[in-house]
Amino acid sequence: MTSPNRPRSFQEIILRLQTYWADKGCAVLQPYDMEVGAGTFHPATTLRALGSRPWAASYVQPSRRPTDGRYGENPNRLQHYYQYQVIIKPSPPDLQELYLGSLRAIGLDPMVHDVRFVEDDWESPTLGAWGLGWEVWCDGMEVSQFTYFQQVGGHDCRPVSGELTYGLERLAMYVLGVEHVMDMPFNDPDSPIALSYGDVFRQTEREYSRWNFDQADTEMLFQHFKDAEAECARILAAERTDSAGRTIPMAHPAYDQAIKASHIFNLLDARGVISVTERQAYIGRVRALAKGCADLFLTTDAAGAAA
Amino acid sequence: MPDLLIELFSEEIPARMQARAREDLKRLVTDGLVEAGLTYASAGAFSTPRRLALTVEGLTAHSPTTREERKGPRTDAPEKALDGFLRSTGLTRDQLEARDDKKGQVWFATLTKPGRPAAEIVADVLESAIRNFPWPKSMRWGAGSLRWVRPLHSILCILSDEAGAEVVPLTIEGIAAGNTTRGHRFMAPDAFTVTGFDDYAAKLRRARVMLDAEERASEIRSQAENLAFARGWQIVPDDALLSEVAGLVEWPVPLMGVIEDRFLSLPPEVLQTSMKEHQKFFSARNPKTGRIEGFVTVANIETSDDGATILAGNQRVLAARLSDAAFFWDNDLREAKSGMETWAEGLKSVTFQSKLGSQHDRIQRIAALAREIAPLVGADPEQAERAARLAKLDLRSAMVGEFPELQGTMGRYYALEAGESDAVADAARDHYSPLGPSDAVPTAPVSVAVALADKIDALTGFWAIDEKPTGSKDPFALRRAALGVIRLILTNDTQVHLNTLIARAAAGVWFEPSHANQIYFLPEGKSQDAKNWVGVCHIHPDDESVTYNTTLVEFAQALMDARVTDAAQIWFEDMDANPQLGDKRIVEGDARLSLLSFDLLSFLHERLKVYLREQGIRHDIIDAVLAQEGNDDLVRVVARATALNDMLATEDGKNLTQGLKRAGNILAQAEEKDGVEYSFGADAKFAETDEERALFAALDKAEPQIMAAMAAEDYPAAMTAIAALRSPIDAFFEAVQVNTDKQIVRRNRLNLLSRIREAGRQIADFGSIEG
Repeated sequence: MTSPNRPRSFQEIILRLQTYWADKGCAVLQPYDMEVGAGTFHPATTLRALGSRPWAASYVQPSRRPTDGRYGENPNRLQHYYQYQVIIKPSPPDLQELYLGSLRAIGLDPMVHDVRFVEDDWESPTLGAWGLGWEVWCDGMEVSQFTYFQQVGGHDCRPVSGELTYGLERLAMYVLGVEHVMDMPFNDPDSPIALSYGDVFRQTEREYSRWNFDQADTEMLFQHFKDAEAECARILAAERTDSAGRTIPMAHPAYDQAIKASHIFNLLDARGVISVTERQAYIGRVRALAKGCADLFLTTDAAGAAA
Repeated sequence: MPDLLIELFSEEIPARMQARAREDLKRLVTDGLVEAGLTYASAGAFSTPRRLALTVEGLTAHSPTTREERKGPRTDAPEKALDGFLRSTGLTRDQLEARDDKKGQVWFATLTKPGRPAAEIVADVLESAIRNFPWPKSMRWGAGSLRWVRPLHSILCILSDEAGAEVVPLTIEGIAAGNTTRGHRFMAPDAFTVTGFDDYAAKLRRARVMLDAEERASEIRSQAENLAFARGWQIVPDDALLSEVAGLVEWPVPLMGVIEDRFLSLPPEVLQTSMKEHQKFFSARNPKTGRIEGFVTVANIETSDDGATILAGNQRVLAARLSDAAFFWDNDLREAKSGMETWAEGLKSVTFQSKLGSQHDRIQRIAALAREIAPLVGADPEQAERAARLAKLDLRSAMVGEFPELQGTMGRYYALEAGESDAVADAARDHYSPLGPSDAVPTAPVSVAVALADKIDALTGFWAIDEKPTGSKDPFALRRAALGVIRLILTNDTQVHLNTLIARAAAGVWFEPSHANQIYFLPEGKSQDAKNWVGVCHIHPDDESVTYNTTLVEFAQALMDARVTDAAQIWFEDMDANPQLGDKRIVEGDARLSLLSFDLLSFLHERLKVYLREQGIRHDIIDAVLAQEGNDDLVRVVARATALNDMLATEDGKNLTQGLKRAGNILAQAEEKDGVEYSFGADAKFAETDEERALFAALDKAEPQIMAAMAAEDYPAAMTAIAALRSPIDAFFEAVQVNTDKQIVRRNRLNLLSRIREAGRQIADFGSIEG
């Protein structure tokens, strides 16, 4: 971390990643406007990994994991955090080199650090998705997940997408040499109004931790889950042709409901009202929704389906 | 004689797969070459995280030309037949040869298949090896359809001899074989060409890649030891970790770090496990303090700051990890000190197995069983029960939640913190043992009691719900548990009747504790001969009605002894009609139990056979002993088998077996023919020859000796006593014709033979001994 081009703040790291991947030809998208557990849930990854059309996108995705809430007290754990996500289809032959370039861009020089690709296969039971790849270690710390998607929603990925996921807080804390996430400079520490990560998020972490663990109305959430599930199924079953005779399958609106069901399940899980045996059943229900959305998406233009 | 060099260069291959992969590459390629008719002098395979390499030396340059002769039609056959033959051989008429055959002149064709050049064969074989490579998991990438463990980037494939090196022409899915490779990802990323294996290995070394995993491992070991030595420390050996780390680096650079003082109070096992599992660090022990005080991490790069940045980073990550561990440890100790009640309560809601209840239920059963076993192994029942109740509480601790492999180890610390005795605390640590076949076996009485109870409960429980191991499937590691039971019993010379323990365990699984005492248990040593139940339950052949001349409990006992399910079934039906006969549920339990314990004991016997075979005892000898009564006492079984094994190794023993078998065969034939059993009444006064009289005398002497020796469980003495029968039996068969016309003499001789048979049966089922 003696590198002269070391970033000074959390946001600078994000900005450098955005610039880097924009230079490499990715469409720099914005976060999806729904609550999700990880950047993979963004339709720009889940759905776009399907079908034959080439794709290249990168984006920041706020991610929520209600069970990881620690009232802002744990140095590393948050119920709301950021992932940086890159998805390129087909995966280019030099994807590892591109990735290493992104580390250089944020001040991690692989000639001074020890960067390693350590086996870690990725699987998302809720998305019916899996891939092979690594977790990338920098000096013994996991800084990214690197995956070649093999299946999504139960469908083989052809061509294969390469997916990179950076856990931004952890990566930034390492680059910036910060011990507690709340102490990390969010904007430049020399700004007129310097803000730390804690200035931005300490209060929300406390509030959401309380709500996630103690307050969320479980009866209402169970109902929301059922509603989302029903609406998803209804959209998937709808006629492909509208009243004006236009063919418009609605894969994305259906997928929104699948995402919603998934997040509600996470909230219920955090409230501790889902037993071990029920857990599997809920995951299976969400997977069925995701699978239905994947099936439908594959019939659309965006998937490269013949019109 | 060219040499072949192959390198398959890819993105990082999982460390755990590399050893298998290099062997597979060697096997697939060399087998393919040989099958195609080439021979080679030697072959060697290598792997790094980014490459699999194979060198094959002294390869033949061509496969040999082969000739095949084919017989065609007769020379005077119709034109059509000859045309067909020419078509099928691809030859012309003038290439055929007419030869005399039995039936006249016949056309012969000689087909010559020219040899193929090595390059052509190599290309075919390598392509097939790549396309059919048995990776445990493989993937596609980009827009292609080739599968490899991770994206395959280049193929190096050259044949070289004195004249130089040539690339083997080969293209797979757009990857053309060449003669170039690359060095270390960061330190020497440029491509370079190679001309042969020596050149390849040497250039790789210059390019900061150590090709041989063994060399990387020994480099890591010696450098780590040197670093430790400089501080007066020692590296804790860990071969599994060493081979994994050797598969994570192409150029190992061990770096040593110091664990911060604030973490040194953590148990050494915690430090070691955390460092190994999370960061793949080796632990360094200070022999003066006995503590783990340092670590060695293995980087994959030499840096301008001699690894200072890397070490600092690793140290930081370690501190974060150990802070977590320290937090768990402090909280756990607080809970332990207050008696671990919360943990015990918590285990009520943790399912052990859906049909076998919670972990709490399981602990209750193990505690009851440990109490039963305690006196048999010289342990205090109170202590054994206490130890069993505490032994698994650490499953609820935060530390074991984080590091499941520390179960037991943490249990000991927490038990001590709770003020328990060493014996109880040690049992918490040791009751899972032995796990592997070479794992140490506990010998402290309390530990033995809990360890046995734990395993017998698991075996009986899974048997009771019909979750036995089948084929290669053994999800609950029951074979391991069975071997554990065997080793615990034999190592500690523990004489227990497994049937009794299984019955106790089954009672715990099937019944509420209040009902358990209603199960009737098999008394030790009672005969298991079917005669016993015939006596108490007579099935009338005409109307199939059943008469019982015994008590309910005795009958249940008989069923268990006889292991006759049909009889049990008939009786249950009868009981449905006559409820006044007794509580069917209890007897049903008994019948189920007799089946379960018979089946489970057979399983244990199978494992015992495997175990004893490794110790050099023949399977037929074990079978001969297992056929005997009391075979649920494994110490006795092994003592008998060993004594029998020793005896059969002698000349006397071998001949005696022959004599016993002969006696048995003659008897069986006579009994079959006459429809009676010869079992009693041999009298010396009907003896006609000296040999007969001598055999009577020898039996009179040997029988009480055998009986006494068996009763005293002095098997070598029993063997000596029966071995003394060898020469009288031999002499008897030499001189005496058993089947004579004089019925009284014949009967007497058959009854004499039955005394021999009985003497043998006292010791083993000699009939099942081979040879």
